[in-house]
Amino acid sequence: MSKIGNLGHRLYAGEVSYDFVERRKRWYAISAIILLLAVGALLFRGLNFGIEFRGGADFSLPNATCSVEDARTTAEEATGAQVIVTETASGTVRVQTEELTAAASSQVAGTLAEACGIPKGEVKVQVVGPTWGEEISKKALQGLVIFLLLVTIFLSIYFEWRMALSALVALAHDLVITVGIYALTGLEVTPATVIGLLTILGYSLYDTVVVFDKVKENTRGVTGQSIMTYSESANLAVNQTLVRSINTSVVALLPVLAIIIVGAGLLGAGTLLDLAVVLAIGMAAGTYSSIFIATPFLVDLKERQPEMKALKARVLARRKQGRSAAGAAVGTESASDDDAGAEADTGIGRRTESGPRQQPRRKPRSKR
Amino acid sequence: MAPPTTSNPLRLLVALGVLIVGLAVWAFWPGTDSSVRLGLDLQGGTQVILKPKPVTEGASITEEQLTQTVSIIRQRVDGLGVAEAEVTTQGSGDGAVIVVAVPGVNQDRVVDLVQRTALLDFRPVWGLYPAPPSVDPAADPSASASPEASPQASGEASASPEASAEASASPDSSANAAGEAAPLIQADANTPEFQQQVAALDCTNPLNYTGGRPDDPQKWLGTCDVTGAAKYNLEPAFIQGTNVTNANAVLPQGGVGWIVSLDFDGDGAKALAEASTTLSALPECGIAGANPCNAFAIVLDGVVTSAPRFNEPILGGSAQIEGNFTAEEARDLANILKYGALPVTLEPVDITTVSPTVGNDQLRAGIIAGLLGLLLVGIYLLVYYRALGVVAVLSLAVAGVILYLTIVVLSKAIGLTLTLAGVAGAIVAIGITADSFIVYFERIRDEIREGRSLRQACDSGWIRARRTLLAADFVSLLAAAVLYFLSVGSVRGFAFILGLTTLIDVLVAFWFTHPLVVLMGRSSWMQKGSKWTGLDSGRLGGASVAGRRGGRSRRSSAETSPTDSSTKEVSA
Repeated sequence: MSKIGNLGHRLYAGEVSYDFVERRKRWYAISAIILLLAVGALLFRGLNFGIEFRGGADFSLPNATCSVEDARTTAEEATGAQVIVTETASGTVRVQTEELTAAASSQVAGTLAEACGIPKGEVKVQVVGPTWGEEISKKALQGLVIFLLLVTIFLSIYFEWRMALSALVALAHDLVITVGIYALTGLEVTPATVIGLLTILGYSLYDTVVVFDKVKENTRGVTGQSIMTYSESANLAVNQTLVRSINTSVVALLPVLAIIIVGAGLLGAGTLLDLAVVLAIGMAAGTYSSIFIATPFLVDLKERQPEMKALKARVLARRKQGRSAAGAAVGTESASDDDAGAEADTGIGRRTESGPRQQPRRKPRSKR
Repeated sequence: MAPPTTSNPLRLLVALGVLIVGLAVWAFWPGTDSSVRLGLDLQGGTQVILKPKPVTEGASITEEQLTQTVSIIRQRVDGLGVAEAEVTTQGSGDGAVIVVAVPGVNQDRVVDLVQRTALLDFRPVWGLYPAPPSVDPAADPSASASPEASPQASGEASASPEASAEASASPDSSANAAGEAAPLIQADANTPEFQQQVAALDCTNPLNYTGGRPDDPQKWLGTCDVTGAAKYNLEPAFIQGTNVTNANAVLPQGGVGWIVSLDFDGDGAKALAEASTTLSALPECGIAGANPCNAFAIVLDGVVTSAPRFNEPILGGSAQIEGNFTAEEARDLANILKYGALPVTLEPVDITTVSPTVGNDQLRAGIIAGLLGLLLVGIYLLVYYRALGVVAVLSLAVAGVILYLTIVVLSKAIGLTLTLAGVAGAIVAIGITADSFIVYFERIRDEIREGRSLRQACDSGWIRARRTLLAADFVSLLAAAVLYFLSVGSVRGFAFILGLTTLIDVLVAFWFTHPLVVLMGRSSWMQKGSKWTGLDSGRLGGASVAGRRGGRSRRSSAETSPTDSSTKEVSA
C-alpha cells in the first residue's frame, strides 16, 4: 500500500508522470477501435431487448423441479407458440412467451406451476404490452436530451464551453461503448439496463468534473508564464488526480461488484443484476474516458486558441534558448520560481527542463 | 472569497446530531408506523401499469379525466378490502400512466377489476328502505332532489368529451371477480325470493356500498346508497350511461344552490320521457307500501349514487337535478354522470406479479449486497487512508443512518415506497458518497505536500474540495432529478433514492466529515504523523506533517507566506 501511497506523492510532485495528453493520438486510436467495434456490433448484431421492450409474458419459477425441456413443452402446449426457456444458477426456470392476455397468462402460470411442482402463487409473472417499451425508450431519450442540455449549460457556466464539450464527448464515448458491449455479448436489455445507462450519465460526468476542476485550477493564469504549455499543465492535473480517480473507481465498483456477486449467487437474473452489470461496464468506461479522452480532447480544443498557441511557442522558444545556453548552473532554478506561482509550488518547475533564466520576465506578478 | 478558516467544527457536529435526533424522533414517534414501506417487488403483490387512451381518436387526456379515472379505480380496488392498495398517476398529459399496486393479491383479479369499464345506469326505484338502524330518508339529500322538465332546446355544442364508453361486455363474470364483497343481488324478476334477499342486505357493511361491482342492467337490483344510508330495490335500467351526452354543474340565476343539468341522446330522451311519465304519477318513495314509487336511481358500478324523484314528465331530452347541492357535490355528480363509465380506455401495459417469497428474497439479497458493498468499501478506505479511513467509514455509517431515517420519515409523510430499484440506487450511492471523502482526503494530502501544516491543510484542502464536491454532486443531482421527473415505474424509485443520497452526501461531508477531520487535525497524535494517520512521510514523499507543526513551509523561501498562496487560490 505504501508503494501506491508514495506513487501518489510522486505523481503529484510531477516526479513520475504519464503522458496522458502527449500520447493522446494513441488513446484516440484505441478508443476509435473500440467504438468502431461497438457501432459495428450495434449495426450488425443489434441489441437483445427483454420482453419489457418487445412485449410478451415472462414467468419465473423459483426452485422448479422440472427440466428446461419439460417447461418448454408445457409452455408451448399452453400457448401454442414458441417460447424461450432458460434456467439460472439458483434453480429458477424462466419462461418467456409471446404476448398474452391477463387471463391467459394466469392460466399458463398455473399449468407451469403444476408441471414444475411449485405452488401457483410462487410464480413471478410479468405481462408487458408491445407499446410499453417504446414508451420507456421515448421517456429515456427525452430525459437524456434534457439532461444533456442542462448539464451543458451548467458546465459552460461553471467551467467553459470547451470543457462542457469535452465532457460530453467523453460521456458519449462511455455510452456507446456500454451499449456496444451489450450488442457484442448479447446481454438482455431490460428497463433496469436503461436505468443503469442513465446513471452512467451522472457518474461519467461526475468523474470528469473532478478532473476538470483540477485542470481549471492548474491552468489558471497559465498564459501569464512561459514555463509550461497548456497541455503540460492539463497533463499534470490528470496525473495529480490519478490516485483519486483510481480510488474512486475502486470504491464505486466495489458495491456494484457486491451486487453482481450476490445477484448472481442468490437471485439469478433480475433488476439488481441487470443494473449492476451495466454500471460495472459504464463505470469502467467512465474512469477510462475521464483520464484518456476528456482531458486530451479538451487540450486539443484549447490549443487551437491563439493565446494557447502563443504560449506554446513561447515555452518552446524558451526551452530551446535554455538548452543552448545550458552548461551553466542547473540548480539555480528554484530561486526564480516565484514567477511560476502556484505551478512552482506544486513542483512543476523541477519537471520541466528549464535552464537559467537570464532574459527579463515576460509578465509582471500582477498579471497572474 | 471564502474565509481562511471554516465554521466551528463542534457546532457543526452538534447541529448534525440535533438533526439526526430530530429525524429519529419523527421516524419512531410512538403510536405511528415506523416501518419502511416496501414496494411490491419486495413484499409480493401485483402491480399493473395502465396507459389511459382517450375514447375518441386523436383527443388528448385532461387532468380532470385522469383524476376521475383514478378515483373510480381507487374505489374499485378499495372494494377488494386490501390494506395499502395504491393507485397513483405518474407523468401528465398524454404521457401519463396509472399505476395500481395491490399487495398480496392474485393478478387476474386486479387486472380484471381495474381494466373493466365502469357501468352507469338509471333505474326506476321500486322500493326504498332506510338502512337499519333506522335512518331518516330525508337525511339523504338526493332523495329530495327533483328533476324538472326543462323543455327549452339546449342546443349548445358541448366541448367536453362524450361519455361514450361501452357497457361492460360481461358484467356477470366481472361481478364474480370482485371477490371479498358479497355478489350483487340481482334477479330476472321481482320475486318474493329476491325481495327477501334485498331485505337481508346489510347496508351498514362498507363492502356493500363501496361499489366496484357493475350490475347487469337487464335485471332487477337490490343495493345500497353510496353512503350506506339507504337500501333500494331497483327495476331494470331504463337508460344507460352511454345515453347521457352531457352533464354539468350549474348555478341557476335566482336559484337556491347548485343543480346538475343533463342532456340525453335520442334513445335516452325517449326512454326518459316514457319513464318520467309513468314514474311521476306514482306515490312518493320512502312511504311504507309505496311500491313502486316516483324516484329513479343513478347507479354507478352497482351502487346508488343519487336517487332523485320525478316531479313531472320530462319530454325535452334534457333534465335538471335539484337538491340543495354544494358546488362540489354538484360537480361530483355531474362528473359521475358524464364520465360514469371511465372517461378513458385503459390499456394494461405492464403487469407484474411477485410472490411474497420472491419479494423477501429480493429484499434480503439487496440488504446483503448493500452490507457487502459497505464492508468492501470500508476495508479499502481503512487500508488506504488509515485514520482518515476511520473518518470515512464513520461518515458512511452516518450517511446510512440518515438515509434510513429519511426513508422512514418520507414513508410516513409522503407515502414513499422502497422498491428494489431504490435499494440498488442506495447501494450504488455508497461509491459516490465515499468519493466525496476521497476527493477531500486527497486535497488534504496535496495541501500538506505543498507545505502546509496539518491544521491548515484540513481547512484549505476543504475549501478547494468543497467547490469540486458541490459541482460534481450538482451534476449527480441533476441527473437524478431529470430521471425522476421524466420517467415512469421503477426508474423513478431509483432516481429518487439516488438524488436523496446525493443530498445526504453533501450534508454529511459538510456537517460531519469535515468537522471531524478538523478536530482530528488538532490532536497531537495526528500531528506527530504516525504511519497510522494515513498522512505519514512515506505516503507523502517526505512531506510528512511531522516537524511542520508550526506551519512553516518547506519552500517558504519561494513562497511569500502560506496564507498568501491560499488566498490566491481562492480569489483567482
